[in-house]
Amino acid sequence: MGEAALITGLAGATEDEGVETPTARTRRRLLSRKGAAFGLFVIALLVALALLAPLISPYDPNLQTWSAVRKAPSALHWFGTDDVGRDVLARVIYGARASLLAGVISVAIALLVGVPIGVISGYVGGFVDALFGRITDAVLACPFLILAIALAAFLGPSLGNAMIAIGITTTPIFIRLTRAQVMAVKVEDYVEAARAVGNPHWRIALIHILPNVLPALLVQATLSIAAAIIAEASLSFLGLGQQPPAPSWGSMLNSAQRFLVNAPWMAVWPGLAIFLAVLAFNLVGDGLRDALDPRSR
Amino acid sequence: MKKDSIWDYVANGFALWGISTPNFWLGIMLIFLFSVKLGWLPASGYVPLLEDWRVSFASMIMPAFVLGNAIAAILMRHTRSAMLQVLESDYVRTARAKGLLERSVILKHAMRNALTPVITLGALEFGTLLSGAVLTEQIFTIPGFGKLIVDAVFNRDYAVVQGVVLVTATTYIALNLLADMAYILVNPRLRD
Repeated sequence: MGEAALITGLAGATEDEGVETPTARTRRRLLSRKGAAFGLFVIALLVALALLAPLISPYDPNLQTWSAVRKAPSALHWFGTDDVGRDVLARVIYGARASLLAGVISVAIALLVGVPIGVISGYVGGFVDALFGRITDAVLACPFLILAIALAAFLGPSLGNAMIAIGITTTPIFIRLTRAQVMAVKVEDYVEAARAVGNPHWRIALIHILPNVLPALLVQATLSIAAAIIAEASLSFLGLGQQPPAPSWGSMLNSAQRFLVNAPWMAVWPGLAIFLAVLAFNLVGDGLRDALDPRSR
Repeated sequence: MKKDSIWDYVANGFALWGISTPNFWLGIMLIFLFSVKLGWLPASGYVPLLEDWRVSFASMIMPAFVLGNAIAAILMRHTRSAMLQVLESDYVRTARAKGLLERSVILKHAMRNALTPVITLGALEFGTLLSGAVLTEQIFTIPGFGKLIVDAVFNRDYAVVQGVVLVTATTYIALNLLADMAYILVNPRLRD
């Protein structure tokens, strides 16, 4: 059980490394990895782009210019223009909003639903655990994207509903992970000690167990954001996510596909943007996993 | 996959690329390169194998590559970590100490044990495959399962959506069962 070792290792880390706190050590290790540092840099850049989009963007992303339809990249339009004369760079910049929001919010939904359920089933066990376990199995039996498509279709196509759909499909992973971690942690001596002192159950679960489960959740959340960004782009590509004319990387690729022969740049940039964003979150997730693992130095 | 060498780095880079590339974008880029620019392969469509096998294969190359790309990357990463873990174990050291050939140690002793998690993953990845097929079929206009569900969604044909979800879920579960049985073939310790 690697995660159990990870948690006990984290708890004892301050002793063998002097004054450095676990948080500081994790930060140092994370930044010392080139891949993870690069990932963090890209994420920071994308967040800045998304937040400051109105200031940075050279054009209004929805402004249609009929005199500049499908123009190749030039000094005026760095990334070219699309089929109705909208600037591709502006749309890529604004598209970062939809993608990042979708990634973060859908994972937040998954965490908010999954972690409490996971803690309860792991801590209480018995019938409750069996009940939630069966439900989780049922949801996991459906392939991720197919379930998300079905849910998004039932809820109706919009960015918000796409986030809910992705969130729900991601939830079982967090239920499983939290449950397994809680079960590993709850047999630790310090939990027993907390119980012996007379702490109520909710206090043991929240204050003694949950913090020790967080590292694993953090890694999974980062990797899930990467998956959620791809899922959002996929749903938008199919027309089930962000609705036109609002810009989204996925829907840009959808319209680009029809003009591949005359305007390949329409497809290149949004795809690269998705690739970079997903790569960044994957790199940071991998880096975090290594940084939080006490076995690797 | 057994050292911190250049190969390891190259393979890791490939794996990250495979995991991070949205497969529908890869599909679009491949169409652009091989159909629009080079004109080697048909851009889309589906030809049944029995009708004309050459055209059938030609039109399957790109979709198959797109779908395989991500899965190859994931399987590779997990095989790598499983191998690394197994190679540190005692029985591998014993096998080396017995003076067995390195090739035999790796293929017979380590690989077989490292395969167990990879088989699980292979079955789980089948789900990814079905999901990925939705987009890939859309891009290459292949009249398959994925296109069926998307068309059904837009026609508000919920019965078809439910049907597709049910069938995929059933297939998925059946495959996981097969994976469980494959363990027993690979790992004799599980037979009892």
